[in-house]
Amino acid sequence: MNFVVIRSQGISLRINRRVPFMVLCLALAILVAMTMNLGRGEYPISPGDIVKTLLGLDTGNPDHAFVIYNLRLPRTLVALMVGVALAISGTIFQGLTRNPLADPSIIGINAGASLAAVSVIVLFPSAPIYTLPLSAFAGALLMAILIYSLAWNNGSSPILLILIGIGLSAIATAITSLMITFGEIYNVSNALVWLAGSVYGRTSEQVFSLLPWLLVFIPMALTLARHLNALNLGDDVAKSLGSRVEWQRGLLILVGVALAGAGVASAGNIAFVGLIAPHLGRQLVGTTHEGLIPISALLGGVIVVMADFLGRTLFAPIELPCGVITAAVGAPYFLYLLIRNRKK
Amino acid sequence: MKGLSTKSLSLAYDGATIIRDLNLAIPGGQISALVGANGCGKSTLLRGLARLLKPRDGIVYLDGNSILNLSTKEIAQQLGILPQGPVAPEGLTVRDLVAQGRYPYQNWLQQWSIKDETIVQQALEITDLLKLADRALDTLSGGQRQRAWIAMALAQDTDILLLDEPTTFLDLAHQIEILDLLYDLNQIQGRTIVMVLHDLNQACRYADYLVAVKDGRIFAAGEPKLVMTKEMVQEVFGLECRIVLDPVVGTPMCIPIGRKTKINHQQIE
Repeated sequence: MNFVVIRSQGISLRINRRVPFMVLCLALAILVAMTMNLGRGEYPISPGDIVKTLLGLDTGNPDHAFVIYNLRLPRTLVALMVGVALAISGTIFQGLTRNPLADPSIIGINAGASLAAVSVIVLFPSAPIYTLPLSAFAGALLMAILIYSLAWNNGSSPILLILIGIGLSAIATAITSLMITFGEIYNVSNALVWLAGSVYGRTSEQVFSLLPWLLVFIPMALTLARHLNALNLGDDVAKSLGSRVEWQRGLLILVGVALAGAGVASAGNIAFVGLIAPHLGRQLVGTTHEGLIPISALLGGVIVVMADFLGRTLFAPIELPCGVITAAVGAPYFLYLLIRNRKK
Repeated sequence: MKGLSTKSLSLAYDGATIIRDLNLAIPGGQISALVGANGCGKSTLLRGLARLLKPRDGIVYLDGNSILNLSTKEIAQQLGILPQGPVAPEGLTVRDLVAQGRYPYQNWLQQWSIKDETIVQQALEITDLLKLADRALDTLSGGQRQRAWIAMALAQDTDILLLDEPTTFLDLAHQIEILDLLYDLNQIQGRTIVMVLHDLNQACRYADYLVAVKDGRIFAAGEPKLVMTKEMVQEVFGLECRIVLDPVVGTPMCIPIGRKTKINHQQIE
């Protein structure tokens, strides 16, 4: 059998045998990627010294602790968390819409979050940092409602959803540009760094404003996985199986929107992570969401940390935002999926 | 009262009333077939019976209770429906699909009880899918895929099974394979089966109770040999035909008359 079954009083669980194994592999990959990322920079630090510093051991160089804890670790952690958030959001939207292309960055949810966050940066520059995720969430939610009412009707074609999403995305991006053109120069430059989809200069402040969102919404996503499986079979079948379709879907949209919004609020619009991670995840562990959600979450983490590493390495000392790297890989992949989808 | 029945049921889509003031009692433990011309409302009626469509008026009863008063999960433990042409997500395996049938019995803590496992295994066995259980649905033939969906509905372990045109898009051999499977489920396990069928002759052969629907109303209902008359076919389908007996099982068969009536003796010989 390909499954691990756990049963004790009142509790039973079945997961694909590959899930725990892949979780271990990916956790290892994340550790390696993060170590690489922590060592990288104008001031290189060896992996051995990184591990020592993280364990609180003395490396004989007091600068190490400062560089790692104050400069590089927050940035790497933000990259990891953003990747996780975007990947789970993408998994949820792909499952709900039964559309393999429904990534929050493609259907406009990230653009809505960006617009709301930029509005806050430009119009209320003195607003505290925790208002960013909140406003991004509001923007993403508004966008989700718009998409839902325009294109989500049962039976509407996958391509229609994508087209309407791209249209709404363009509108939101245009308003964002407008905001930037007329904004105060100092605020605008802040917004621009952030909009590029980068984890540059992120501090522990961002880590702690993002963390609560993950702590609330990741467990929610995992508990809703069962219902996502049912909804993934279509409304009629889900209803026939006894799913409270509207309620479960509403909750899942809320979780997907919250995670996308929180991710975008911390690192700008890092595109295509929510598209690629679930696809790779399905190749690894299949379509059942109890396993797919954690696996694609970890994959998302690896992707963004690696993208940040590559962005800082490829053309060093020039630094590319990690969003540029994910787009360079993700856009061709999206086109490939689009063409394959059309053939069916 | 056991089983599924309706009282003055009216169903509407986007404001257009499809089913009007319809009274129907589905006989328990039997196979019922809904037949009628395209657009007559037979699929709508099935969706209404399965609470996929909320009645505009009237009541659907399940074991004497209005289905509006039952939770959707309770209904799912007594009544399963297979909609027309369901589509599975890419890469979903047969076993995972069939396991979904256990959804109404599971909760956050109980996700895979011993009973779940046994019933899924049985459903795979009955539908002869054990060997294909780990294959992805999109790699199977139409007939195998339809069997997998039926297996999912079986795993739901309900007394009543509703199916909307379970044989569409299948070739004749696979149509008979599916109908035989449903017949076995009825004969061996005593399940009540209600299906929408296009083929009148198959409906007459497999159903104990035939319901002819015309313009959202029941035109005739009862045993096929009583319902299936050339007057009924004329009225419901607007087709002139002759009724003969099925040479294999003796149920009525409809032979359309059409325009080509010149007898070709050579071919008969």
